[in-house]
Amino acid sequence: MTTATFKIWRGDAEGGDFKDYDTEITEGMVVLDAVHQIQAELANDLAVRWNCKAGKCGSCSAEVNGMPRLLCMTRMDTIDIDKPITIEPIKAFPTMKDLVTDVSWNFEVKKTIKKFNPRPPDAEDGTWRMAQEDVDRVQEFRKCIECFLCQDVCHVLRDHQKTEEFIGPRFLVYTAALDMHPLDTEDRLEDLKDAHGIGFCNITKCCTHVCPEHITITDNAIIPLKERVADRFYDPLKKLFRRLFGKKS
Amino acid sequence: MPTTTAPATRRGFGVTSRNDNWWITPVLTFLGLSAFVGYSTWAAFQASDYFFNGNGADYLSPFYSPVLFDVAGQKSGHALFGTQPSWWPGFLPFSPAFLILWAPAGFRLTCYYYRGAYYKAFWADPPSCAVGEPRKKYLGENSLPLIIQNVHRYFLYVAIGFLFFLSYDAWRAMWFTNAAGEESFGIGFGTIVLSLNVVFLGGYTLGCHSLRHLVGGFMNHISKAPLRHKCYSCVSGLNKRHMLWAWCSLFWVGFTDVYVRFLADKIDFRVL
Repeated sequence: MTTATFKIWRGDAEGGDFKDYDTEITEGMVVLDAVHQIQAELANDLAVRWNCKAGKCGSCSAEVNGMPRLLCMTRMDTIDIDKPITIEPIKAFPTMKDLVTDVSWNFEVKKTIKKFNPRPPDAEDGTWRMAQEDVDRVQEFRKCIECFLCQDVCHVLRDHQKTEEFIGPRFLVYTAALDMHPLDTEDRLEDLKDAHGIGFCNITKCCTHVCPEHITITDNAIIPLKERVADRFYDPLKKLFRRLFGKKS
Repeated sequence: MPTTTAPATRRGFGVTSRNDNWWITPVLTFLGLSAFVGYSTWAAFQASDYFFNGNGADYLSPFYSPVLFDVAGQKSGHALFGTQPSWWPGFLPFSPAFLILWAPAGFRLTCYYYRGAYYKAFWADPPSCAVGEPRKKYLGENSLPLIIQNVHRYFLYVAIGFLFFLSYDAWRAMWFTNAAGEESFGIGFGTIVLSLNVVFLGGYTLGCHSLRHLVGGFMNHISKAPLRHKCYSCVSGLNKRHMLWAWCSLFWVGFTDVYVRFLADKIDFRVL
């Protein structure tokens, strides 16, 4: 029988502290299993949000030994159990109770992004035709489960709390999925530059590093959007070209 | 934009619950980049030993390529416009490297990979993922001075031009002149060094994020441009290992200069 010590943050919006719990670790366990075991045996009032236990709902986001992770996808055999294992709520958002945070800001941000606006249907039956090559790029972005681990690790939100000026990596991925879609006709570049603050991203790639769906957030979503913004607003030759030939972008 | 109902708690510099060796990568980055900047600055100021014509070879250091003007009294055989221009202010030291090094330096300085790396290693912004920062104020690349990083694509244009010069230098390194003045094909160790330099710099430059955008990333209907689609796929393939190409090319370009500088006093090892 192997026992591990967990230091779990207990508290609410007013404050809190770490409490130690020793629990038995068996083969095949993930951190969420250990948390549930502690909840069942040692701390019935421990609050933890979870749902699918399969890495698809994005509910059990927390910080394990300081790194944002899904509790249900972090296997115990990948963690050194000789030292106490720290579990905290995600830091970028207000704590509600114990490991549960209020991530509602994200849903409000999502509403500020211009919605999908497809061109008129290609066929009389109201359907469209798309080439696979054109949708390949955006399909990666649709894997997002909105766990908000990328938002949590992003230092612009986490440390600098630019929640009024910057939408964060999750919503840059969302914008990329819309803006690069072959059917979409909406123009989001001005919003990206001003209201959504893409310039605040300094491409540290931490968001990519923690994404449980392995979306290449920085290279495939954020940087291409930065380049599109540069095309429109920061490239004098392109500006001149547009003036001479009357093209929008 | 909506705001959170309560701000999260700020952490002090270096404060983290991480128990891994998170500081190793930024420290190695700091040491690696510092060593390169230090060496390349020293090499640029030397204004000598930047080419090797001994043993019939024709090697040129990439820190000095293309040579616009040779230093007075030195004849590299690569100068495009002769020797040191008369208009160069006498109180300033002259080196052919001063005239060209701004371009590769600017390309790397504004490179998306290096930006993320040196913001962490030199500016601790952040020191590493989920580690507390030293400063409260943060402007990012949203305003001056870092908004200038958007100039990266212009440095890319120049860097692509440099690839042609460096390829030509590698080609020249394959031809050896004998005592009678006749040229013959050959491979010296320097030929391999200069050729690998082109390969590494090519892998780095042609995997650039800006190039990826310019060749096809800006389009939403790339299927209508098959050639662009091919180019986009190739650049994307290189881009996946952009960090690796960046470090390999950085090391090798420095090594190439060291090698040519070494040869300026010694004799090359002829392979073929």
